[in-house]
Parts: sequence; structure tokens; C-alpha cells
Amino acid sequence: MKKIKSVNELVKFKEIVLEKIKERQYGGKTTIVVRMGTCGIAAGARDVMMAMIDEMDKRNISGVIITQAGCAGICDHEPMLEVIKPGNPQVIYGDLDEEKVRRIVVDHVINGQVVEDWVLGQKAS
Amino acid sequence: MRCYRAHVLVCAGSACVTLGCHPVKEAILEGIKRHRLEEEIKVVETGCMGFCEQGPLIVVYPEGVMYCRVQAEDAAVIVSEHLLKGRVVERLLYRDTDTNKPIPFMKDQPSLSKQIKVAMRNAGFINPEDIEEYIANEGYFALAKVLSGMSPEAVINEIKDSGLRGRGGAGFLTGSKWEFTNKAQGAQKYVVCNGDEGVPGVFMDRSILEGDPHSVIEAMAIAGYAIGADQGYVYVRAEYPLAVEKLRHAINQAREYGFLGYNILGTGFSFELNIRVGAGAFVCGEETALLASIEGRRGTPKPRPPFPANKGLWGAPTLINNVETLASIPPIILKGSDWYASMGTEKSKGTKVFALTGRIKRPGLIEVPMGMPLREIIYDIGGGVLNNKKLKAVLAGGPVGGFIPADYLDVSMDYESVAELGTLIGSGSLSVIDEDTCVVDLVKFFMEFSCEESCGKCTPCREGLKRMLEILTRVTEGKGQERDIEDLERLSDFIKNTALCGLGQAAPSPVLSMLRYFRPEFEAHIRDKHCPASVCAALLDSPCQSA
Repeated sequence: MKKIKSVNELVKFKEIVLEKIKERQYGGKTTIVVRMGTCGIAAGARDVMMAMIDEMDKRNISGVIITQAGCAGICDHEPMLEVIKPGNPQVIYGDLDEEKVRRIVVDHVINGQVVEDWVLGQKAS
Repeated sequence: MRCYRAHVLVCAGSACVTLGCHPVKEAILEGIKRHRLEEEIKVVETGCMGFCEQGPLIVVYPEGVMYCRVQAEDAAVIVSEHLLKGRVVERLLYRDTDTNKPIPFMKDQPSLSKQIKVAMRNAGFINPEDIEEYIANEGYFALAKVLSGMSPEAVINEIKDSGLRGRGGAGFLTGSKWEFTNKAQGAQKYVVCNGDEGVPGVFMDRSILEGDPHSVIEAMAIAGYAIGADQGYVYVRAEYPLAVEKLRHAINQAREYGFLGYNILGTGFSFELNIRVGAGAFVCGEETALLASIEGRRGTPKPRPPFPANKGLWGAPTLINNVETLASIPPIILKGSDWYASMGTEKSKGTKVFALTGRIKRPGLIEVPMGMPLREIIYDIGGGVLNNKKLKAVLAGGPVGGFIPADYLDVSMDYESVAELGTLIGSGSLSVIDEDTCVVDLVKFFMEFSCEESCGKCTPCREGLKRMLEILTRVTEGKGQERDIEDLERLSDFIKNTALCGLGQAAPSPVLSMLRYFRPEFEAHIRDKHCPASVCAALLDSPCQSA
């Protein structure tokens, strides 16, 4: 690590390192919940999760929380995930794979366009 | 920067280390490896979270689920259930002391509801060994603000306006101290951090040094700029090895990143910091004794004046602030003095960290606005007296403080109100005493402590305290005489007025406080040879009598 030589450098540096603790701050953030019950994992939720993290990393997206939950009771449609954007209805996607997840990141998480084709349902948040 | 979906925070404050948090952390890392979750989950060691009695503690983010008393064998379950499948492990959750209901989220902890964390803002939340996490939480921004646009006078005024008072015990206005040292003449000046936390039962300074060492480093650099010093020392006691280790690491990191050393942030200001490890004498918390110890001499106090602000370390003007005081400085600079002064009472501003100990349901470190009624601290935050026993008193200020009896539980916890009751906020020790505690026995215990810690330089403290201890010992053994009360009062008065330093002057306080509030209990020991709390063994005829 090189020395921080000015106040401006410090301000810029903070923006970079903010990523380190953002998972620990509450509120006002887009949250992605990957369903990770036994059924989900068996259907490939782990690959979905990894693809999600990988895509986030590649595109350097900040302010998004990726978390997980258990079985939603619709095991037939696993792997599933939910995208919750503050102020928007909660969108539930099903029958996912790695490629679909990468598109959800680009279309929905970044650009705010729900990928209607794979939506199982929406519920008001 | 790598994105993780979850952070597992393992509390690694001294208490949790003692309770075995490191094997737990290893077990979690192993479980994560077994389930191949290394890419998704990050394990972070933090400082003290303040729930020491519930340790080893683990908090899983982003949800913020808190697990208590986690053992190494529980770690595998947390990994396979929570981290892998997202199912909270109910049996490891904190349970409400009254309803026994599990409370999964850290933010819902009943003890946190009335707390405001300023000095302890980062402890338990960031990794103290990673300066970048400190920066991410606005670390070193106060230093940047000060160096890039505030004059030393403006900094001092900001601290003065905030109303911040020394948190080490005396409660002197911090801003005034800075001003005196700024105005003192001297080519070389020093900033010293007093980390010689010696009162039994308090550990907020240790917790801050372990959990957020950079906040102290940053504040010391700010203080250096304000008073015109380019050199600082942190004095930490040798009994705090973990604090010393974290601090040493943090100082090296601060140097590497350019927050210490020559020409900080390109502003031309330079500041260096060193650690001095004290050998653990209570009296070295007294500022003149502390300075003597840093200079390499025997730690004994000197009469004041001259005050350290004029003639301190090696005769140079020296600013001495306590750890908790310093940790409150960066938020005051960033958020402004108005914000800080909006908390607390008219004369006691801001927040204070208290160590809740003794017979209480939820012991630990808490930070509350000054002026909070003691009742709220004991019952709403601390959960009340252990085993629902009757509260007898709260001992404030440890062995140099005094009692706040149950009848005065609505006292506002600020410097003035507490002083009116004959005790002091001190460094923030609050020990809860229930009906089963004998005050005479307790006061005797404190007198033993003061006798042992007396440096022996002045006669009133060296000899006077010994005589007081002899009387107290005699009384607890059933050999008390009628004139003992009078003698104790006379000795107390004498020592209070003639001892050389604060330690000696304050040492009789528990005795005076006992005579003020619990005189009948003391008299019972002397006249009836009876210990109402059934503690003093020599006064019991047989155990069944006190059953």
C-alpha cells in the first residue's frame, strides 16, 4: 500500500475500502436473497450464488447485499432468488442457472428492468 | 475489492479470548473450508462488543444475527445451518432474561436500545487490525478536516464548545486542558494518552484500545496539531497485552498509510507516536506518576502545580488525556460540537461508557448519554439484579468512589448530581450490590486494595490507610469498639485533606460513603456483633442461623 498523500486521496480511498464493511451496514440497500434450502442446493443454488457474486465483482457493484434464506416451499422451481429494491415490489425469480443470474444482475440489479420471463411472482414490500 | 455475501464477526476482546474465541474461529474457518464457502464468506476478528458475559460472541452479517457462548463444537452447526442454508441456529441465540424468548438480531438486544455509541462506535464492528475498515467508517477524516482547514484555535474551540470532559475520572474540561497546553511556552510539547486503566471492574479503555486503536491514534494526532506537539506517547499497562499488540500494529499501519510521521496528508504537519508499557501500578494512572514512569523513573506523584500543561514530560508542556476521552474526539470534529453538546445535561455533555458489573443480569460495557437516571441503566439496560434479589446499592467509582443506595436510584448520572451523593462518576465503574452483600466487608476489601496500591510517598496515605484497614478488619472480626466510627471519620477527613495525590485523597471515600448511608449496618457490627447480611464469618454463631 502506498502512502495517502493528500485529503483528496483519502476521500477517494474511502470509496474503495467502503466495500469492506458494507455488508455490516443496515438499511436502504438492494438485497438479493438466494434460496439455499436442501432443495435449492441440490438444484444448483450454489452455482447460482457463485455466479451472482462473480458478476457483482466483475462489474464492481457496490451497495448491494447478497444473502440467503431457506426453502420457500416451491422446490420445483429451485434454484430461486429474490431481488428486493427499496421502494419496489419484491421480485421472485425461479428455475435459474448461472447464465440467467448474470442477466438478472445486469438487467434488474443495475438497470432496474425486471426480467419478466423468469419471474415466479412479485409481492409488495 | 472482493465481494462477500456474508461476514462472520468473531469478538476477540480480552474477555472472549479468555473464553476461547480463537478455537471457535478456527472451527468456523474449517467448516467454511469443508463446505467450500471461502469465496463467499469472510471471517473477521473484531474488538469487544460489550456483551462480555455472553462470550464467545459471533455476529453474522448482513442479517446481524448474534450467537452467544459459542463453543468450538457449535461452530460446525453455525456453518452448516446458517452459513450454508440460511437457517438461524436457535439454541445459540441470546435469550431474554425474563421471558426466555430468543432474540436473534443484535440490533434488537434490549441492552442496546437506550445506548448511543460514540467512543465505542467502532469496537466490535470493525477489524482493529485493518486500517482500511477504519477508513471506510470515516476514519482519519477528522484528522483530514482539521489539517486541511481548521486553525489550532478553531479545533480547541470546537472541543471546548462540545463540553467534553475528561473521562478518566476527574472530569476536567478537555477543551480547557488543550487550551492551556496550547498557550504554554515551550519549543517541544507532548501528547500523552493515559491508558493505565486501574480501577477494578472497568475495562472500557482496554476495550477501545483493542477494538478501535486507530480512533485513539487519530485523536492524538489532532491533539498534537491543536497544541503544537509533534510527539506523543501512549501509556498502557502491561496487564493489557492484547491492547498493546493491537495498538502497536495500528501505529505501524498508520505510519505506512501516512497518518503518522513526516508531512501528514501533504499538509506539512508531522506527528510521531510511541508506546510506553507500564508495569501496572494503580498510582501510575495519576498523571504526574504516569509521566515519571514514562521518563523511566519510579512512578510516584508530585505536587501540582506546576501542572503537566506547563511542566510535564521532561519539563515540557504536556497534554494528558484518557483513552475514552480521545476516542470521542474524531466524531466531535466530524459532526460538530453542537451535535455532541445536544446529548447529556447542562454541565455534563455527551456520552459516557460505564462498566456494569456485580450482581446484575446483563453485565458488560455500555455507552449512554450523560444524565440518564441510574434506574434506567440498571433495569432497562442491565436487566435488573441477578436472581431478582433486592438491590442494596450501586457502587460508583470503584475503590475510590462511594455508594448510591437503592433509595437514590433516580439520580441523574452526571458529574454534578453524582458528586452531591458523595461519590463520583470516576472512570465509569458501576457495581451492583444486592441484599446479600455486607458493605463493611466490601469497604474493607477496597481498603486492602488502596493500601496495597499506595505508593508510600506521603505519610497520610501510607500510614493512614493502614490504620483505617486495621479498624475495618477489627470490626468485621467482631472486635469493634464504640470509638471506631469516630476514628474512621477523623482519619478519613485527615487523609482527604493532606494526601499528596488524587489516589490518597479519594481512598477514604468508600468508608465515608458507608458511614453516610449504611451507619446502622456498621453499628450492628460493633454493638451487636451482628452482620445483617450474614457475610462476616466471625460474627456468625452457626451457619444455620443465617440460612
